[in-house]
Amino acid sequence: MDGSEATRPDLGPLVAEWRAAIGDEHVITHRHQLRTYESDGLLQYAVIPGAVLLPGSTAEVQAVVRSCHRAGVPWVARGAGSGLSGGATPVADGVLISLNRMRRILEVDLDNQRVAVEPGVTNVAVSQAVGPDHFYPPDPSSQIVCTIGGNVAENSGGAHCFKYGFTTNYVTGLELVLPDGEVVQVGGKELDPPGYDLVGAFVGSEGTLGIATKVWLRVVPKPEAIRTLVAFFGSTSQAGEVVSEIVAGGIVPGAIEMMDNLSIRAAEDYSRAGYPPDAGAALVVELDGSEAECSARFEQVVGICEQAGADSIRVARDEAEREVIWKARKAAFAAMGRVAPNYYVQDSVIPRTRLAEVLGRIEELAREYDVRVANVFHAGDGNLHPLVCYDGRKEGQAERAEECAGQIVKACVDAGGSITGEHGVGIDKKRYMPAMFSDADLGVFQRLRCAFDPEQRANPGKVMPTPRLCGEVPGPYRRHPLEQAGLAERF
Amino acid sequence: MAVATAEGVVDALRRAGEDGTPVRFRGGGTKLGWAANRGEVPVEISMAGLDRILEHNVGDLTAVLEAGVPLARAQAAFAEADQMLSIDPPDGGATVGGIVAAGDSGPLRSRYGGVRDLVVGIKVALSDGTVARAGGKVIKNVAGYDLAKLFAGSLGTLGAILEVTVRLHPLPPATATAAGGTRDRAVLGRAVSKLSHAPLEHMGLDVRWGGGDGAVLARFGGAAAREQAEAAARMLANEGVEAQVVEDDDAIWRVQREGQRSPRWAVARISARQTDLPAVFAATDRLGGRLAGRAPLGLCWVKLEDRSPQEADAAIDELRRDYMVTVLDAPPDLGADHWGRLDPGARELMRRVRERFDPAGVCNPGAAP
Ligand SMILES: Cc1cc2nc3c(=O)[nH]c(=O)nc-3n(C[C@H](O)[C@H](O)[C@H](O)COP(=O)(O)OP(=O)(O)OC[C@H]3O[C@@H](n4cnc5c(N)ncnc54)[C@H](O)[C@@H]3O)c2cc1C
Repeated sequence: MDGSEATRPDLGPLVAEWRAAIGDEHVITHRHQLRTYESDGLLQYAVIPGAVLLPGSTAEVQAVVRSCHRAGVPWVARGAGSGLSGGATPVADGVLISLNRMRRILEVDLDNQRVAVEPGVTNVAVSQAVGPDHFYPPDPSSQIVCTIGGNVAENSGGAHCFKYGFTTNYVTGLELVLPDGEVVQVGGKELDPPGYDLVGAFVGSEGTLGIATKVWLRVVPKPEAIRTLVAFFGSTSQAGEVVSEIVAGGIVPGAIEMMDNLSIRAAEDYSRAGYPPDAGAALVVELDGSEAECSARFEQVVGICEQAGADSIRVARDEAEREVIWKARKAAFAAMGRVAPNYYVQDSVIPRTRLAEVLGRIEELAREYDVRVANVFHAGDGNLHPLVCYDGRKEGQAERAEECAGQIVKACVDAGGSITGEHGVGIDKKRYMPAMFSDADLGVFQRLRCAFDPEQRANPGKVMPTPRLCGEVPGPYRRHPLEQAGLAERF
Repeated sequence: MAVATAEGVVDALRRAGEDGTPVRFRGGGTKLGWAANRGEVPVEISMAGLDRILEHNVGDLTAVLEAGVPLARAQAAFAEADQMLSIDPPDGGATVGGIVAAGDSGPLRSRYGGVRDLVVGIKVALSDGTVARAGGKVIKNVAGYDLAKLFAGSLGTLGAILEVTVRLHPLPPATATAAGGTRDRAVLGRAVSKLSHAPLEHMGLDVRWGGGDGAVLARFGGAAAREQAEAAARMLANEGVEAQVVEDDDAIWRVQREGQRSPRWAVARISARQTDLPAVFAATDRLGGRLAGRAPLGLCWVKLEDRSPQEADAAIDELRRDYMVTVLDAPPDLGADHWGRLDPGARELMRRVRERFDPAGVCNPGAAP
């Protein structure tokens, strides 16, 4: 490839340096090839990066980050680009660092229930590597494509997170290339290593603190038994009551997922899973654990659904029936294409007890903005995924839908919730950050950022609603010695 | 100094920051004998006045607690709704904020995770007068950096924890424990490994070792606690460890937790791996210690009873040759550092974090990594 293809003239001299460091074929500068990387899973945002670099090892990541550091070039890390908040959207005056060549599983240490992987390994590959007796619980629906590096950056979740927790509960160690090009290891296979929990601080930092080049994960034994049912109700509030009662009964289901009528109809059209198209709500409940515990609890769940007046309950008798039940739930997103050509997915969270009230508010907003909103969500942890449907070809619809989506986010925050449960803030939700955090809160986030990346070259323009500077660390203010003399009495 | 309110804490800390006067925060005062808290500081800020349970959202299984709430009081309140905060270190009057700051944990950790995993929101005060929150009130939330994890285990070196929001769990209706013993280190190691890898949902899988004798405790809770404990006992028997099932098991676990603390002797926490356990048992015997540990996690607490400070220091040095060891309880003349060795790059990064959060360097400086 020819160096003159670099889109930004001032990256030119660096291109040669990168080619020497990671190989000609791993430095992409042709405009039409760069276009492949202009967006992540959120296609509304598209930026063509100055270059795309594909390092193949920690040393190569270090070499390119170091050279960016020296030259003052900002960069964005990218895994599979399946993110839904624009987190991996490139910056025009910088480079995109794709971790896709780093996809080796480095070590499977089942005796210690740990796996060490490179960041480009897909989520599903981890469970495959530790089967059949173990699994890796955080299971985003995108698990076939999304990478562990992306999961770490977003603290991704999935259907089984209510019981099992999120990515952050499973990462025990990280090798990081910091924005100045230093390589550090924080944590490892062990728990509670000495010092601050920088693993915990890094997970969920959305690519703004550095690049994870090696990740140690905890894996757990597969449950002995799994029991799945789907129950249909007249309304989402009725199904919501059932969720509350299950939880109040001391039951912690492996998964508990709800779909409203619009998503049931769309998914049924698509998946033919046999969901009644007139049902107001479908509730998928899955229990897992020991045989004895599962059986006892499952009867309790069936009882609660019956008492609450479920129209029908379908219990999976075998793995094939279980898959059919899940098919509709998993098809919900893809099926939305049949309802409308475009949609916004929101990712807000509410306290579970406010479910009925917030869903009511969402209905009101849908009427007010004259859009259709389908709800498919992780009911156990209150993580709503309202899908605001629209037709981008029709004048004004996209704007209306976006505004409606914004109002939904606000309603969730007002109910004591969060703007994002698993997709991250990225570019898309940074404008909502002030709804949740004060200026002082944001200022403290910035302190962490500045400790890792004082020049803010890592994924600039993401997460924080407005740019902030780092500044020098202020020296400790000292009172005049005379003032200090009175100190002992003052306290 | 005692302050009755959060504003009082914020103000006292801000003034200390301005003056450059080192401070330490005091919760229940149960860990002031830890190696990290050995250095003298001119000012101690008591959190005892911040003792309100601000919210207990029963239906949402969350609670908002001021830092100075004693854990036992919070647990009693949650128990009334058949719920619990799944944090059970040896307590002795410890406060929730102190436990979070110390990153302390107990047997429930094997099932529910540590404080880092259960604190979903935090409110902190920094030495320049800043008061800020991170996280939220819902159990699932990825907005902003996870500063609760940064503060968990930071020993008050970044700022004061004023408030925490925690995730709760249902209190199991019944519990049962399979308890067995053996004098064979390898047998014990294999038996607990077997249980750690089995699809049993224990709510605690602990080991004990000392004086050439060991024990395993596997606790189960829920609708089928006894059946599960019996299944565990059978597995243990297959591995050569005779075990009994005990239903009235609170006392057993209280004793087990006490193995993590000592008012007189040094206690070292070893961050080991599951497969290290037999070797850690051997080291415990060699050094004349007593061990309590979380088998699936590889975390072990070794109490160095009847050792002079010099002997204890030598023992800790020896352990540090093979493992990462954090020194918790420490007799006054013990020389060993709380944290021990750290990767130089990681330590430098920690220093930079601390410099940003506490530029005045006044927050419990002796405990900084
Ligand atoms: C159909 C579909 C379903 C989805 N379902 C779920 C779901 O159920 N739950 C869920 O949580 N998410 C879900 N997602 C969102 C997405 O898959 C996750 O956020 C995933 O973790 C992103 O991984 P990725 O490899 O695609 O990362 P990318 O999109 O490439 O990047 C995401 C962020 O991570 C950063 N990053 C990537 N690699 C690294 C690294 N090595 N070091 C540092 N930073 C890095 C990037 O800079 C960016 O900020 C879904 C997406 C789609 C398209």
